[in-house]
Amino acid sequence: MTDSESRSERDATGGESADVVLARSQAQMAEIAAQHGAAPQEGKPVVLGLENVAVSYSGHEAVRGVDMNIHKTLVTAFIGPSGCGKTTLLRSLNRMNDLIPGAEVRGKITYHGHDLNATGVDPVEVRRRIGMVFQRPNPFPKSIFDNVAYGLRLHGMKDNLNDRVEQALRQSGLWDEVHKRLKSSALSLSGGQQQRLCIARALAIEPDVVLMDEPASALDPIATQRIEDLVAELKNDYTIVIVTHNMQQAARIADMTAFFSVDVAESGARCGILVEHAPTVQLFTRPSDERTEAYVTGRFG
Amino acid sequence: MSTRAESDFALPKRARLHLGDLALRGITGAAALTILIVLIWIAYKVTEQASDAISTFGLGFLTSSEWNAVTDQYGARDLIWGTAVTSFFALLFAVPISIAIGLFLSELAPRRLRGPVGALVELLAAIPSVVLGLWGILVMGPFLEAHVEPFLNDHFGWIPLFSGTPSNVGLLPACLVLTIMIVPIVSSICRELFDSVPSDLKAGSLALGSTRWEMMRSVAIPQVSGGIVAAVILGLARAMGEAIAVSQTIGGTARTGWSLFGSADTLASRIANQYQGAATHLQQSSIAYLATILLVLSLAANLSAALIVRRIRRKLGAR
Amino acid sequence: MSEEANPLAVVTKRSRRRKRVGVLMEALATAAAILAIVVLAIVVISVARKGLPAINADFFTKNPAPVFQTGGGIKNAIVGTLIMTGLATLISVPVGVLIAIFDTEFAPRPVAEGIRIALNVLAGVPTIVVGIFIFGVLVVGHGQSAIAASLGLSIVMVPLIARATEEVLLLVPSTLREGGMALGATRARTVITVILPTAVGGIVTATIVAVARGAGETAPLLFTSSIFANSVVTDVHQAMASIPLTIFVDSESPSVADQQTAWAAALVLMAGVLIMGVIGRALSLRTRRQIERAR
Repeated sequence: MTDSESRSERDATGGESADVVLARSQAQMAEIAAQHGAAPQEGKPVVLGLENVAVSYSGHEAVRGVDMNIHKTLVTAFIGPSGCGKTTLLRSLNRMNDLIPGAEVRGKITYHGHDLNATGVDPVEVRRRIGMVFQRPNPFPKSIFDNVAYGLRLHGMKDNLNDRVEQALRQSGLWDEVHKRLKSSALSLSGGQQQRLCIARALAIEPDVVLMDEPASALDPIATQRIEDLVAELKNDYTIVIVTHNMQQAARIADMTAFFSVDVAESGARCGILVEHAPTVQLFTRPSDERTEAYVTGRFG
Repeated sequence: MSTRAESDFALPKRARLHLGDLALRGITGAAALTILIVLIWIAYKVTEQASDAISTFGLGFLTSSEWNAVTDQYGARDLIWGTAVTSFFALLFAVPISIAIGLFLSELAPRRLRGPVGALVELLAAIPSVVLGLWGILVMGPFLEAHVEPFLNDHFGWIPLFSGTPSNVGLLPACLVLTIMIVPIVSSICRELFDSVPSDLKAGSLALGSTRWEMMRSVAIPQVSGGIVAAVILGLARAMGEAIAVSQTIGGTARTGWSLFGSADTLASRIANQYQGAATHLQQSSIAYLATILLVLSLAANLSAALIVRRIRRKLGAR
Repeated sequence: MSEEANPLAVVTKRSRRRKRVGVLMEALATAAAILAIVVLAIVVISVARKGLPAINADFFTKNPAPVFQTGGGIKNAIVGTLIMTGLATLISVPVGVLIAIFDTEFAPRPVAEGIRIALNVLAGVPTIVVGIFIFGVLVVGHGQSAIAASLGLSIVMVPLIARATEEVLLLVPSTLREGGMALGATRARTVITVILPTAVGGIVTATIVAVARGAGETAPLLFTSSIFANSVVTDVHQAMASIPLTIFVDSESPSVADQQTAWAAALVLMAGVLIMGVIGRALSLRTRRQIERAR
């Protein structure tokens, strides 16, 4: 449970039973999630389509049975207990799993209708259009400017380089803090700033989709808040898929939420599965699967 | 209740001096001191043997290209030149190859091949230099003379490097033999360096849509550039100091000239060839003078490499 | 981004070029690795092919034939190398291990760093200069001897053993060290009875690697043990024949018989060195795994 969740728990406690407390926090989350609307996906085209997707590492299945559509300019959150393959699935959306020997993706992932894993598709092109922000900030040991310019120089977007860098830094809310010291090392920034720098770096090359793997988990609550505010702004221009272990975060920022769980076979082998994918407010008020309900009401996980 | 008196547990008033500890500390410390003593002693002894030549020729020794036992005049210039040229070209060939092998072993090779291929490259370093020299003079030299040097001469003879008459000895075979010796050293250091680049950094570059080569070129290599410099310096030191294989393949006639073909000589090689059979005392002392120059060069190289490594370690630790 | 055309296609000239450059660079890197292995193969095969014809029982059991006679072998050189390398090992292993113990157990950090730098500097001194040093100290006035040669080899081997032993000692988990001392053992006792036995595998490996190196060194022998008899010598105060020097001298001889001897001796030396290198490496992997399991 996060700080904010236990805070609301303590607020609610006054000799009431656990179930009542839990129901109350679920209600609060449903209230927060309601801002995204009951059917945010209507009218939005599908950007990424997943059909019966399964990912395995050297023969061991990490996640399977994923069918879902990710819609344009919406925030989709992947939530669920640890070990259920959320990050694994996220990484297959921009072919980062290619880097892991023995990784295998089965099923079909389409990007604007075209197969992501077809032979002849260059992962380099995929990653230009589908960017990624990692759990721990990973700025290059270069200046702030060169970090943001890295992708621009790579892909030949060098016209108006300074303007593009400024634009990206403004988009990630970092411009005001660093515009006077663009030449200083990126490593001199705080953790939260470094993460926003990594976001700017990803945005600079004008991707279509931005994948975020628990981008705030290594940050303090204030920095986390800033990242969440940022995501809310960014979704107007970008399609965002975010993995988070924090249900309240999903309620706050995600239009659609996919809940994953772990399936344990008789052999003891654990594999992640997609349980439910729905508008966030629906997941929190009327989950259609009892596993989802158990998770969002905090009865387990 | 305990049957032992309280006094059994009382602490002694003063810590007992543990003789064993002192003895071990003493012996090991003495061993460590020996290293320093030997280093200083080497510098002293070699300089002492060179003292006659140093006082006779002074620093002019470095610029004179005389080497005449009859007139008892000696100078190091041709030999310094030979050392410089062989080391330079050996590095020129070896460094790109070594960085490439380092990249291959660290990033490109399939995981299962990395161990065996790495072991094979290191095995190159295990070949004794005298064996490499033997192969150099009896196999590679004739091959170069018959096939490679004429080709270079015919097609590129206008470049001073490739002018001159093809020969089975000379700067070219010596450079190649040195290249073979340096590559395993520099490449294994490069491989370790590339392995040490945090995978987060590599992933960050790839996620932005870079190719693997772009990632290596603009993130990984800059990240470890200091270490690569240190590795190159170590390779240089090895090349400068190699006496045996070079003396077998280089010919032994000192000269200063641009042609890579034909006999030449280096500092280390001349020492190996002439020290024992020196005709006069001054000649022997001059050769010891050569050894002094060599020692200074190698000390400079090894110390700068060590300092670079220390600076890198400090930077990594501070982060 | 148009959704009719495939948005993932490699469209721009620039991205096509980048892809080609990437493929080219990776091919070059692979070629470099292949080149190194090919060169290794060429050298090893050359030595084997040229040396094998002369390898027979006589080669190992007879001394060199007198001039103008064929036959004979390199028995004196084999014995000489064994004795001199053996002597050098006896000197360098204790010294190297003691230095490593001092560095890891007793020396304060700046002193340990200084010693490590000194070891690296000593390892970098050209072996020919080491030869001149030993010559000046031990040969001048006394004549050549196997002892002088062995000491020269020791100077080359000690840094190798010390550095490798230090690595192994640092791998020994500090929990072992603390365990011993928590029981009241003195530091010395802990080192001798707990740490060294754990590290012994690594020390053996380091020795094997250093011996392989020392057996092949020629320069330290050049001025200290190069004028020798054609028969086996066991007196360490005399100069002895050695395999590397035999190769060195015979390689520059115009006589074909001498060159043949050089090839065969090179084959023997290389085989010995490569086998020791392979064993050493295999042992080092095994020791590392053992120690890491103890963590």
